[in-house]
Amino acid sequence: MAKKSFVGEIIRGIIKDNPVFVLVLGLCPVLAVSTSFENALGMAMAFTFVMLGSNIFVSLLRNQIPPGVRIPIFILIICTFVTMIDMLLEAFLPPMYEALGIFVPLIVVNCIVIGRAEAFANRNSVLPSIADGIGISIGFAAALILLGTIREVLGTGALKLVMLWSKGGELGFCPLSEVPGFSFVPNPIVFPIEPATVMITPPGAFLTIAALMLLFKILGDRKRVKQLKKEGYEI
Amino acid sequence: MSEVLIPGFMPTEDLFPIFVNAMFTKNFLLIMFLGLCSYVGLTTNSDTSKGMSMAVTFVMTMSAILTWPIYHYLLSPASIIGKDLTFLRTICFILIIASFVQLVEFIIRKFSPPLYKSLGIYLPLIATNCAVLGVVLMNIQEGYTYGASIICAFAAGLGYSWVMLATAAVREKLIMRNVDLFSGFIGAFFAATMVALIVVSYFSVVKL
Repeated sequence: MAKKSFVGEIIRGIIKDNPVFVLVLGLCPVLAVSTSFENALGMAMAFTFVMLGSNIFVSLLRNQIPPGVRIPIFILIICTFVTMIDMLLEAFLPPMYEALGIFVPLIVVNCIVIGRAEAFANRNSVLPSIADGIGISIGFAAALILLGTIREVLGTGALKLVMLWSKGGELGFCPLSEVPGFSFVPNPIVFPIEPATVMITPPGAFLTIAALMLLFKILGDRKRVKQLKKEGYEI
Repeated sequence: MSEVLIPGFMPTEDLFPIFVNAMFTKNFLLIMFLGLCSYVGLTTNSDTSKGMSMAVTFVMTMSAILTWPIYHYLLSPASIIGKDLTFLRTICFILIIASFVQLVEFIIRKFSPPLYKSLGIYLPLIATNCAVLGVVLMNIQEGYTYGASIICAFAAGLGYSWVMLATAAVREKLIMRNVDLFSGFIGAFFAATMVALIVVSYFSVVKL
């Protein structure tokens, strides 16, 4: 494998190895909690914590882990971080814990985390593994937030942007308009469209991801055709 | 902290709504979005989806049978140990499920090598199938009695199976028509949209 820069690894995780649209892994939380921007952001944060933690630990222990029992060991490592974020969310962000519900403990069986531990962290040293973790997390978060935004806008006709901010000494998700420096952002942003409730119901999730994948496939195909034409092929 | 009680063995709940909920209105694949990896990966062929559905239903039911007593008699604060060990919940459950999957793998490899071959990577991955862990976690969260939790897990397995088979039927048709754009994951998600719309709209009209 060619040596890559730290930033190169991150960008590869976002675009070429995008966990949701390219690898098609770990779809359960993506579809289930993308009903709104706020939930998508909370899930993305919890996922980033687990992804980074597991990648760092697996790559640190990669020479000690016997190959025969590596999968159970990966699961135990991931499970530790999931339990940690589960308890942290319950203690500090109870509304988000309620909203995400069963999907926080279910990060433990998320195929992306285990897949990266097996395919990347187990074969690379710590620094590239951190880069891979950051890249994959950003790719996952981008997909999740994209889906959440589209579904919230089409399903309710408005968008509530939020941010993690401590207001009055209490940590929580508060509207972006209340964060200093962002007071120009209206809350919520209203779009002049007829809300289609089906978009926030489960079939809407399938429809949105199918449409997005179709879009990316068409864009990719078009790029490939352009490339071939440049090389002198007749199409 | 309020006193925690162990729910009884015999079901005291009304079982019919639990059954219908787990199978249709809260279907694991379509409504709760659990276990989608195997869903998009295996529904290209109805034979593999049949085998996978049977394996998942079996693992779900057996893990519900095992995890309920372990949670309520070893981990919960009301247990015989008397300490609050509920933070070990996820790790215990995943270990139980993983060992069960190993057993199913042995059985399928012995009795049906072709099925074993076609299930491929997805068979060991039942252990990390969110649907299985999801159903046992949900049983605990809802505070079901032992009987009700087994019924719920079995119904969830049946719900998983019928959706797998229905989608496999739709996708096989799409693949046979040779629609290139719909042959991969995109087709799977469009098929899922259709099946999910049917379930959601049917149960928004027919109230239980």
